[in-house]
Formats: sequence, structure tokens, C-alpha cells
Amino acid sequence: MTRNVYLDYASTTPVDPRVLKTMLPYFSKKFGNTMSFHKIGAEANDAVEKAREIIAESINAKPEEIIFTSSATEANNLAIKSVALANKSKGKHVIISAIEHDSVLNSAMWLKTHGFEITELPVDKNGFVKIADLEKVIRKDTILVSIIHANNEIGTIQNLKLLGAICKKHNIFFHTDASQSFTKIPIDVAKENIDLFTASSHKIYGPKGAGFLYLNSGIPITPLLHGGGHEKNLRSSTLNVPAIIGFAKAVEINLKNLKTENEKVIKLRDKLITGILKKIPNTKLNGDPKKRLANNANITFSFIEGESLLLELNNYGIYVSTGSACSSPSLAPSHVLMALGKNAEDAHGSIRFSLGRWTTEEEINYVLKVLPEIVERLRKFSPFKK
Amino acid sequence: MTNVNSYSKKVLEHFRNPHNYGKIKNPSATGEVGNIICGDVMYLYIKVSKDKKNREIIQDIKFETYGCAAAIATSSAVTDLVKGKTLEKALKINKDDVIKTLQGLPSIKIHCSLLAVDALSEAIYDFFIKEKREIPKTLEEIHERNKKERDFVEEKHGDWIKTQKQKINEK
Repeated sequence: MTRNVYLDYASTTPVDPRVLKTMLPYFSKKFGNTMSFHKIGAEANDAVEKAREIIAESINAKPEEIIFTSSATEANNLAIKSVALANKSKGKHVIISAIEHDSVLNSAMWLKTHGFEITELPVDKNGFVKIADLEKVIRKDTILVSIIHANNEIGTIQNLKLLGAICKKHNIFFHTDASQSFTKIPIDVAKENIDLFTASSHKIYGPKGAGFLYLNSGIPITPLLHGGGHEKNLRSSTLNVPAIIGFAKAVEINLKNLKTENEKVIKLRDKLITGILKKIPNTKLNGDPKKRLANNANITFSFIEGESLLLELNNYGIYVSTGSACSSPSLAPSHVLMALGKNAEDAHGSIRFSLGRWTTEEEINYVLKVLPEIVERLRKFSPFKK
Repeated sequence: MTNVNSYSKKVLEHFRNPHNYGKIKNPSATGEVGNIICGDVMYLYIKVSKDKKNREIIQDIKFETYGCAAAIATSSAVTDLVKGKTLEKALKINKDDVIKTLQGLPSIKIHCSLLAVDALSEAIYDFFIKEKREIPKTLEEIHERNKKERDFVEEKHGDWIKTQKQKINEK
């Protein structure tokens, strides 16, 4: 029997059938351009504005504070590059954490080549930024702080409220990349002192091709894309109407089921973690045991390299990732795991299991049944085995 | 970017069923290459003996490799290529021979084939040193290159490697 056990929901999720159904009319029937004057365009525009309301409400923002983008990567680029460029007269110092997604990290690195100074905040062994560390590195010319909400590799959840409060006190803009946590952890941007907030559709059972940046009213920002003046002239491009409609539908579904879904996933995740740590020697959980994403289990299997484990799991019909799918092309160990103080061997040998809406207990049982023999077999080739 | 479809059938075969893995008790020589920072470490053990014509041959060869599927497959392939061969012939094996046996490698994994050949060269170098033989010029050059790379990594990640080595020795 060919198995298909998808445990890579943190990379991307299948589109929920209810989302797909909502999207379908917007491809060929209600296909208008939101900028058109006529009825067909207005119909598409109304639908997008409705979606904007749903999404704004989900984080307690105003609809006009939501900028739709093509992806979370684009939203992060906007948050980092565009905000920094628009505020450079106030200062040229930007703070990020050491465990940001590449889209924040590399945007910050780009700023560095344009005269900005970047400070990378260290994290502790479980992946938390220390509040005191943030206070220490804030300077007079700091204009922006960006700290990922729930880390994509290890699932550690930061205390945004406290971090945001520090930024507020010093009058610094606070951005968080919530690509992994949006609609999984309730967020109130006002209460949690968040000025900029990134989210993605395809991580939450919506389609690929949609994301958004929440931008607190009044924050100056320079557009990355110039053109016809869409999104209040902040992000020109014909809107991807079906994807945005689907994104909003996904948000509605997720928020309605947030509690029950989290409970179900946590139960399965904990069964997986406990099972692996118990059955397989020389394994450890990365990230925080408690304050972690409901669906994330990042585990180091000592003495074996992650890719060979991925390939062998693939042969068994189990689909997972090393730390982050995006870092696969590079040979360097994950910057996130290294930031936790892991050694390179452990960083190379860790696997991220990410569960989701359609993960079943039977699938977890199957993984727990085959994984010990897979790991044992691969360890036979390793010079580091005990 | 590699994925499961980037590997040839042959690579997958060698990965699933590697040939000649493990250790040799009292090997004639050992070749150690790679570094954990880049995620590949290869140990090759060889047992050298003489054939009927009194030529030195690699009578037995085994590998232990920490690395990706390509690293394991290239290790396996190189042991196949040289087992039973004379040292003279073994020294002529290059990375292209390994790649050919494996019906190709994704470009990002070509370094694995070089690593496997380097491990073999290091093992033979080690054998010559132990036997107090004169080292052929090309082999000396390969050894110097490997040493340089190792020194570079050790300089960059020295403290960490030291503790790692201690850990391995303790085992």
C-alpha cells in the first residue's frame, strides 16, 4: 500500500475544499479588475473589500490598515525595506532577531548594503528573545524592530506584548512575521503593541499567491512596486482576487475552529514527540516544550544528516522537512538551530514534523512504527554512532 | 535546489542498499575527509594485501559516512570501484568515474563525489606514510589540498571542532 502521510503543513497546506469553492466563481465569472469602473470590476472590488474587513477584524485592525501582497515574503520585504527607507531621516538602525525567516533576514541584509546598521538579537536555547536584550540594543537612531512571532523551524512563540511595549516606550516601529501563527494564535494588534504584522494565506489552508501586511495608520512607508496605484498607492499590481477571497474564507474557517483544532493537533503532536523521544535513543526536541506552535515538532536525530532521513522517510510515504524547506539549497546548517547554540551535527540532523487539519492518529502511529527502524538503519552508516 | 527527483536510480539504489559500509578491524590505513560544518564526513578504511602477481591490492574497503543521500551513495560507489583493484589503479579513480557509476549527480552534490575520491586518496596516503614509502607528487598535492581545507575549517570553527573530536574519541 502506498502511504501518503503529509507532515509538512508548515511548508504549505492543501487548500480547504470550502475555501476552493468560495474562490471558484472569481476565476471566470466574477473575474473583474478591482480598479475598473464598471459593474464587473465593482463586483470584484466589493468582494475584496469584504475580504479585507474579515481579515482586519481577525487581528483587531481597521480595513484600511491591511495591504494585500502576493506572499508573506513580499509583506516582510515591505515591512523591513519600505519602512526603513521611508523613515531613514529618523535613524538608520534596525533590530531583528537571530531566528528570522530568510525574507526578513535578507531584507535586513539588503538594508545593510544601503547604509543601515542591523543588530541581530540573540535568543536563548529554547529560542526566546530576552526582553532585557532588546532594551540593551535599542539606540537613539533605532527605527524598527522585527521579531518573528512563532518560529517556522522550531515553533517557539515570542511574547509580542512585552516586546511591543518596549518598542512603544522608545517610539520604535514594531514588526512581527506571523506567517506560522496567524489564525492559530489569537492576535490583537492594538493590545499587543504591534505596528506591522505579516501573514500568509497558503500556510492556513488558503491558496498560494496571497499574503498581507498590517500597517498601523500613520506609519510612513515607501512602496516597493510602483504602478497603477492599487492598495492606496502602497502596492501597485492588479489584485489577485480569487486568492484574496480564498484567504479571507480560510481565516473565517480557522478562527471558528481555532480552539478545537489546536486541541486536536496538540494531542497528536505530543503523542509524536513523546513517542519519538521514548522509542529512539539520542533524539531531542528543539525549541520550547510548552510555548510552541500547536503543530510543530522539531527533533534532532543524532549521528545522521537530515537529508538522508528525509529521503528515507519519503520512501516510506512520510513527507517532512529539515528545519526549513527554504534553506534546503544551502549546505550550511540552519541559522535558527545554530542560534539556539546547537552544534552543527545536531543542526544538520534535525527534522521538522508539522501537523495539520487532516493529520490522523493512525498516521502518527504509522510514523512511530517505522521511524525507529529507519533511524537505526541510517545510523549504521555513520562514523558518529555510539 | 535538490529534491527526491534530483537523484538518479543508481544513487537511490546505493543509498537504500549501500555496499561495504562499516569498519574494518585493524585496517592497513584510514582516510578521513569532510567536516561537520558542511554536513559531510567520510571515513574510508582499507585493507591492503598482495595478489598472485605480488602487486598491492585493496583487498577490503569499508566506509562510514555522515551526510546526505549523495554522500552515502558516492561512498558506496567508490568502494565498489576500487575493491580488489591494485593501488596503482585505485589512485587513478577520479570524481567523474564515481559520477558515471552513479548515472550522474545533481550539480549541488558534485562535491560529494570529490569527497569520496579524496577519502580514498587520504587512505592510500595514510598507507604510504605508515609503510614509509615515497609519496607520489599528485597524491602529495591532493593531501596538501585536503589539509588546507581542514585547517581553514578548523580555524573558522576551531573550538567547536575540538569539543566534537573529544566527544567522538570518548565513544
